[in-house]
Amino acid sequence: MSFISLLWVLLLGSLLGLELIGKVPPTLHTPLMSGANAISGITMLAALTLIVKAEGNVPLLIIGSISLGFALFNVVGGFFVTDRMLAMFSRKPSNKK
Amino acid sequence: MNPPAIIKFVIDLLAVFLLALGIKGLSKVKSAREANRLAAFAMSLSVVGLLSYYLGTSGIAIQSWIWIIIGSIIGSLFGAILAKKVPMTSMPETVALFNGCGGMSSLLVALGVAIFPISGGQENFDFFKSLINEVSISVSIFVGAITFTGSIVAMAKLQGWLSTPGWTQSKFRHFVNIVFAVASLIAFFDLINGNISSIWLLVIVSSLLGIGVTLPIGGADMPVVISLLNSYSGIAAAAAGFVVDSQLLIVAGAMVGAAGLILTQVMCKGMNRSLVSVLFGGSLSAQSTASSGSGEYTNITSCSVEECALTLEAANKVIIVPGYGLAVAQAQHTLREVTKKLEQNGIEVVYAIHPVAGRMPGHMNVLLAEADVPYEQLKEMDVVNPDFPATDVVLVLGANDVVNPQAKNDSSSPLYGMPVLDVQEARTVFVIKRGMSAGYSGIKNDLFDLPNTSMVFGDAKKVLNDLIGELKDLGVGEK
Repeated sequence: MSFISLLWVLLLGSLLGLELIGKVPPTLHTPLMSGANAISGITMLAALTLIVKAEGNVPLLIIGSISLGFALFNVVGGFFVTDRMLAMFSRKPSNKK
Repeated sequence: MNPPAIIKFVIDLLAVFLLALGIKGLSKVKSAREANRLAAFAMSLSVVGLLSYYLGTSGIAIQSWIWIIIGSIIGSLFGAILAKKVPMTSMPETVALFNGCGGMSSLLVALGVAIFPISGGQENFDFFKSLINEVSISVSIFVGAITFTGSIVAMAKLQGWLSTPGWTQSKFRHFVNIVFAVASLIAFFDLINGNISSIWLLVIVSSLLGIGVTLPIGGADMPVVISLLNSYSGIAAAAAGFVVDSQLLIVAGAMVGAAGLILTQVMCKGMNRSLVSVLFGGSLSAQSTASSGSGEYTNITSCSVEECALTLEAANKVIIVPGYGLAVAQAQHTLREVTKKLEQNGIEVVYAIHPVAGRMPGHMNVLLAEADVPYEQLKEMDVVNPDFPATDVVLVLGANDVVNPQAKNDSSSPLYGMPVLDVQEARTVFVIKRGMSAGYSGIKNDLFDLPNTSMVFGDAKKVLNDLIGELKDLGVGEK
């Protein structure tokens, strides 16, 4: 992938992000922040790449593994905690009166 | 393209599409939960895509598998445990912690690639390519380090482990941060020039910069900072994407970065603060000591729980204003019992939610939803403000700055211009509060001095429990 096309990817990704969050009700600010935060843990893919390409280089394997751990902590924790918050909203509006 | 590359390409495309749908869905109440799961699914899909690609091409060594499994089990386990155990009241600091770890991950990837160049990556080595590599490594380290230390400081401050040191409120801190920033730039360019040893300097000074920028920021502004750091961690992920040549990482990182910026902007609007004043203005309390904000209360009316119960019983319409104090006292369930009783007596009960009630926008909604408060009873500020003049009783529970009329009337007040709830328009206002201490802003609240305001002193949970007892004695809610 050439650098220029990667820059295009960066630009279009940013525009997409700007466009997606149009009108957010304040209720959802906290869950949205936490959900987006979980997605930023996508660096786990970079950590995985590092480990696969390390080819027996033990210090690099360790760095990659720690990095993967941090990323998955972010991803797994982030999605679970967001789900916990959102579960409270989706509960049926109980007794009307 | 060989078959594994085509498969990976298709999977990546699908993952990006699903992630975008996920972020979109997260901004609507109805679809939010499914959207979150969709995003989680897209992330797992992307892992499958990456692993299958390597399995189909170079293969994955046993040794690599071992380290992959160790890293993922430990990380996922701790993440899941924390996510299940953490109380809803500590949500802001939890998000900060997760976020910091994401930044740390990007930093480590860049550091690893820089110190141990990946073998086989050099097939078409040219200067331009290596320059881009060095720039993206440096950006990844710089942003990753700031995200990590900044988030950790934010978490520690929200947890109360760290207070705001005095020196950080003086102009001196700008000088210190400029020094850190300049040193980061020097290390940055030195690294790009090929001096690999300056990578450590970059790690250290950008970490210090993250601490230096976050430390002076007051508790009330912290949500904005966390949102901004969240955006940074997206940028760090995108930079890491350039390092390992992954379009998926770049797209996802850029999306989170941009969405985070928008969210930060929305939050700033809700608090009537500009991003610049949040980042460079220091905490509100430091400014207020110099202004007219401080002062003695002259006309405090205190009243008993019994009086409060009597007034409530006679009311037709009651508005509850919950604040962080309610959350600290874990009193949202007790509050729900009180309002149930009132509703059974035919009294109309509504909750007025200030955009920054709790500690983070939307935080109070989460806490009240936890206590089974029907969603439609939660009213946003703009909707509820015209209702106050027609309201008999307002119960202010652990909220302070968001009901301070100074924000409307006193142009010299640091709060001036912040949107507030016009509770003073109601017939009677009860403020349930431990003592006369000030809110986050450290500013005197003129509301407490008004003739239609009565203070009920005590812990929110205890007062509410007593209130239930008094209401029972009055026969409220027992048809």
